[in-house]
Amino acid sequence: MPKKKKDPAGKKIPGAEPITLTVNGVDHELMVGSRPGEVEPCHTLSHTLRETLGLTGTKVSCEDGACGACTVIMDGKAILSCKTLTVECDGKSITTIEGLRNTETNDLDPLQQAFIDHGAFQCGFCTPGIIMTSKALLNENPSPTEEEVKEALSGNFCRCVSHYHVVRAVMSIADKGR
Amino acid sequence: MAETYRYIGRPIPRRDAVDIVTGAAEYMDDRKFPNLLHGKVLRSPYAHARIKEIDKSKAEALSGVMAVLTWQDIPDFRGGTPRNVRVLDKKVRYVGDAVALVAATTEEIAEEALDLIDVKYEVLPAVFDIDSALKPDAPAIYDEYPDNILPGGTIIYGPNCLKGVVRGDVKKGFAEADVITEGTFGYENIPNAIPAESVGAVAQWEDPDKVTVWGTSQAPYMDKVSLFHVFNRQVDIRSIGSHVGGGFGTKIMCWQVESYAVLLSRATKRPVKVVFTKEEHLAAFTLRVGSRITAKVGMKKDGTITAIQGTWYVDTGYYSFTTQAQVAIGSGELMIMAQCPNWDLENHVVVTNRNASGSMRGFGGQELKCSFIPLLSLAMEKAGLDPFDVLKKNFVKPGGGYYWRDGRWYDFRGVDFSKAMDKGAETFGWKEKWKGWLSATAVKGTKRRGIGVGVHGNADIGEDASEAYVQLGYNGTATIFLCVAEIGTGQKSNYVKMVAEVLQIPLERISMTPADTLVTPFEFGPVGSRGTYAIGSAVINAAEDARSKLLEMAAPRLGVSPDKLDTADGVIFVKDDPEKKIKWRVMGNDRTILGYGRFEPDFTMCNCMMSFVEVEVDTETGKVDLIRVVNATDVGKIMDPLGLEGQLNACFGTAGIDSAIFEETILDRRTGHIVNANMIDYKWRTFNELPVIDNVVLETPFPSHRFHAVGVGEIATSPGPSAVLMAVSNAVGTWMHEYPMTPDRVLKALKRAMDSNNGGRK
Repeated sequence: MPKKKKDPAGKKIPGAEPITLTVNGVDHELMVGSRPGEVEPCHTLSHTLRETLGLTGTKVSCEDGACGACTVIMDGKAILSCKTLTVECDGKSITTIEGLRNTETNDLDPLQQAFIDHGAFQCGFCTPGIIMTSKALLNENPSPTEEEVKEALSGNFCRCVSHYHVVRAVMSIADKGR
Repeated sequence: MAETYRYIGRPIPRRDAVDIVTGAAEYMDDRKFPNLLHGKVLRSPYAHARIKEIDKSKAEALSGVMAVLTWQDIPDFRGGTPRNVRVLDKKVRYVGDAVALVAATTEEIAEEALDLIDVKYEVLPAVFDIDSALKPDAPAIYDEYPDNILPGGTIIYGPNCLKGVVRGDVKKGFAEADVITEGTFGYENIPNAIPAESVGAVAQWEDPDKVTVWGTSQAPYMDKVSLFHVFNRQVDIRSIGSHVGGGFGTKIMCWQVESYAVLLSRATKRPVKVVFTKEEHLAAFTLRVGSRITAKVGMKKDGTITAIQGTWYVDTGYYSFTTQAQVAIGSGELMIMAQCPNWDLENHVVVTNRNASGSMRGFGGQELKCSFIPLLSLAMEKAGLDPFDVLKKNFVKPGGGYYWRDGRWYDFRGVDFSKAMDKGAETFGWKEKWKGWLSATAVKGTKRRGIGVGVHGNADIGEDASEAYVQLGYNGTATIFLCVAEIGTGQKSNYVKMVAEVLQIPLERISMTPADTLVTPFEFGPVGSRGTYAIGSAVINAAEDARSKLLEMAAPRLGVSPDKLDTADGVIFVKDDPEKKIKWRVMGNDRTILGYGRFEPDFTMCNCMMSFVEVEVDTETGKVDLIRVVNATDVGKIMDPLGLEGQLNACFGTAGIDSAIFEETILDRRTGHIVNANMIDYKWRTFNELPVIDNVVLETPFPSHRFHAVGVGEIATSPGPSAVLMAVSNAVGTWMHEYPMTPDRVLKALKRAMDSNNGGRK
C-alpha cells in the first residue's frame, strides 16, 4: 500500500490523496473536499455512511454520543459513528448493520435472526445500533453473562422498551457460545 | 369456549422484521430525493418578545442559500386549538419559537445562514407557570386571551365537547361521606416521551396549489386534514407515512415542522427536508401537559367515593394542539376510574411562555390521575382502607358508565376487570406486602421498601373513524389499502393476520399499501389504543365485504346460494359438500373485487391497566430504585403476544413510571430556557437498571369485533407514576407529593419524617 500524506495528528490533508474506508468488505476511496460525494473535514462517519455511501441502516438520533443509535463496528470495536470524524477513519474497516448478512449465502447473521425470533424491537429505530453493540460484545466475548450484556448495552437508548426481549435475544446467542 | 385461530394470537414474526434487523426499514430521513434542499429554523432566545425588525439580507447573500422566510414573507397560515397560532408570527412566545426559516443546499450552509439573520426584539415580561399566568396583572401571551386561559372544547369532539364533569349533587355527596380530604396536588415536571427518531418532514411543492409531504407522523391521514386547514383550505395535500421511530402520541403534532418544509418548498420549488435536531426535539416539540388540581373528595368507610369537587388546571405551554381534547378524555377517564355519583370538576387550560405541551400516551388521564390519586390516598388513609381494594371497587363495571369526550353519557358494556386486578395483586403478593399507609414493606439497614398501586382505563379503544379497502386478486391474494404508518406496535402485521383469518389465506398472500393518502381511504391513525378495535374493525369489515362479493360471484357457478359457501386458501367450496369447489381464479384477471370497511366510533367500552410497584429507597443517598412492576390487564384476545409484552414493558419509559423517579424537563423559570434539552442531562433508564416486570394478561372476550379483542398499548405508562409516589411515601413514612422523587426531595422528606418522629407524634 503506498504511503499516504498525513498531517502529524494522522488526519488527511484536504485536497491531497483520497481516504480509504472499507465498509462491509467493500473499499471506498473518498476525496476530501466540499464537492458532492466528497468528505468534508467536518463530516462525521455517520454522515458519510448515510449521505455519501447511502447506507441508511445506521441511524442518527441524539448526535451527541448519548444514545448509541449510530453504533457501527470499526476494526472490531463498537464505536459511535456520530462522534467520529470520517477523515480520522482512513484505512479503517467498518461494519454496519447492512454488512451483517452472510455475504455468500445472504443468510441473516444468527444475532439478527435471534432478534426476529425474540421480537426484540418495536419501532426498530434503535435496533441497528443495539445489534451492532451486541455483535461487538459477542465478537469479543462469545459467552457473556446477562449482566455483561446489559452493561455492554447500557449506552443504547431504546424508548419503546424492548430491553427485556433484546437481552433474551442476545443471551440465546451467548448461550450457544458456551 | 375459546375459538382457535390460524394466525390470531400466534407469535408470528412481524412482516417488517427482516427489514428492521438489516437496516432496510425506511424511516422518513432514510428516503432519498434528487435535488433536495435542507431547511433550518431560527429560534427565539427570548420567552416572550415582539419582533421589531428582521434583516435577512446577509443570510440571503450566502452562497447555497435558496430561501429565507420570515412572518413578513408568508400569508396568515395558522394551526392549533383554537386555530390561532401562526406558522411564523411577529411575536415569539417561548424560548425556541420559530422566527425564520432557511433552505439551503446543505445543512451546514442552512445553519450558517441562521447566524446571519439579524433580529431586533422588544422583550416582554413572561410567565412560566400556572400561578404567574393567572395573576390579574399577568402579561397576555395572546391578545385574544387576555387572562391566559384558552377557550374550552375542540371542534373535532363536537359542540358539546366534555369541558368538565357536573353530575348529581356534590353537597349531598359530601354529607354522605365518612371522610373528606382536600388540597392541591400537581404533576408538573413536564417530562418528554422522546421517541428515538426526531420529528421531521420532506415537502415537494407543485404549482399552483399541490404539495406532497413525507412525514414522521404517526397519523399521516390526519396530517393531510390538519395541513389543509393550516393552509386556509386552498392547498391539496398528499401525505405519505414511513416507518416511524417511535411516536408515543407526540407524533400527531407534526403540523409545524411539516408547514416549515411546505413553505420552504413553495418558495424554492424544490424538495425541502426539515428534521429537528435532538435539542429542538427536546426543547421545541411536545412535552407532557402540566397538571394541577385543587380539589376535595368524599368517601365512605367502605371505600365508596361519594363526591368529587374541584378545579383542574392544565398548563399547555405556549399553545394547544390537543390539550382541550386531553382535558375531555382525561375527565372521562377519571370517571372510568372513580365511579362516583356526584361531581363538580371544572378545568382551565392555561398558556405559559414555555415549549408546548400536548399529545402523549396517557393523553390527559395520566396527568390528571397523577394529581388526583395523591388526594384520594389521603382519604383512603383516613378511612383506613387498602388502596388496591378501593381502586378495584371504584373502577367501572358492567352497569356503570361515564361521560365521554362528546359530552354524552355512555353505559359501559365491557368486561369486569376485577378478575385481572385480583390476578395482578396475587402475582405481586400485594396482600402480604401491604403494611398500611406510610408503612414500609421491609426495612434492611439503610434500605426501605414500599409498595404502591395505580389504575387507568381509556374508552379511546373505539374512538374516531377508520376506513380500509381489501382487494382480492384472482390468484388467491389480497391487498389491504390502509393509511397506517408502523409506529412499533406491530399493528400493520396484525391487520394482515386479521385479513388472513377472515379470508383463510396464508399471510404471505397478503400485501399492504404504503400509508399514502392518494391511495388509501380515510384513517384517523393508530393513536391511543384504537389500533386493535377501531382500525382492526375497519380492516375486518373490508375483508368480510370482499369475501361476500367473492362468494356472490361464485354462487351461480356452484349452483348454491352464497350463504352455503366458504373459502380457504384461494378455493371457494360448498360447506356441506367441500368437493364442489372452484378456485378464486375463476374471477378472471380482468375483474377487481374490492371490499370496503368502515368503523364508526364506539365509546361504550374501555381498556384497563392496574400497575403494582415496589421501590427501594436508600435513606443515606435518597435514591429510589424501582424493584418490581406487575401490570394487570384484560385485552379480550391477544393478537400478538410478543408485541403486547413489549407495549406493557414500556410502562417505565416514555414519560411513564420514570417520570415519578427521575424524568423531568427542567425549565429555568427566570429565563424560560430548558436546561436539559439533550440526552445526557435528560435522564432515561438504561439496560443495566431494569426492574423485574410481570405482565398479567387475561382474555375475557369483549363484545368488540369478531376476534373479541381491544387495544391497551397506550396506557401502559399511566397507572405507574402515582403508584410510585404512593410506594415511596410508604417506604419513607411520610407523604411525598412532588414528581419526580429525586434524591434531594427524598432526603428532605426523610428529614421531615425523622423530625415528626422526634417530636413524638408517631
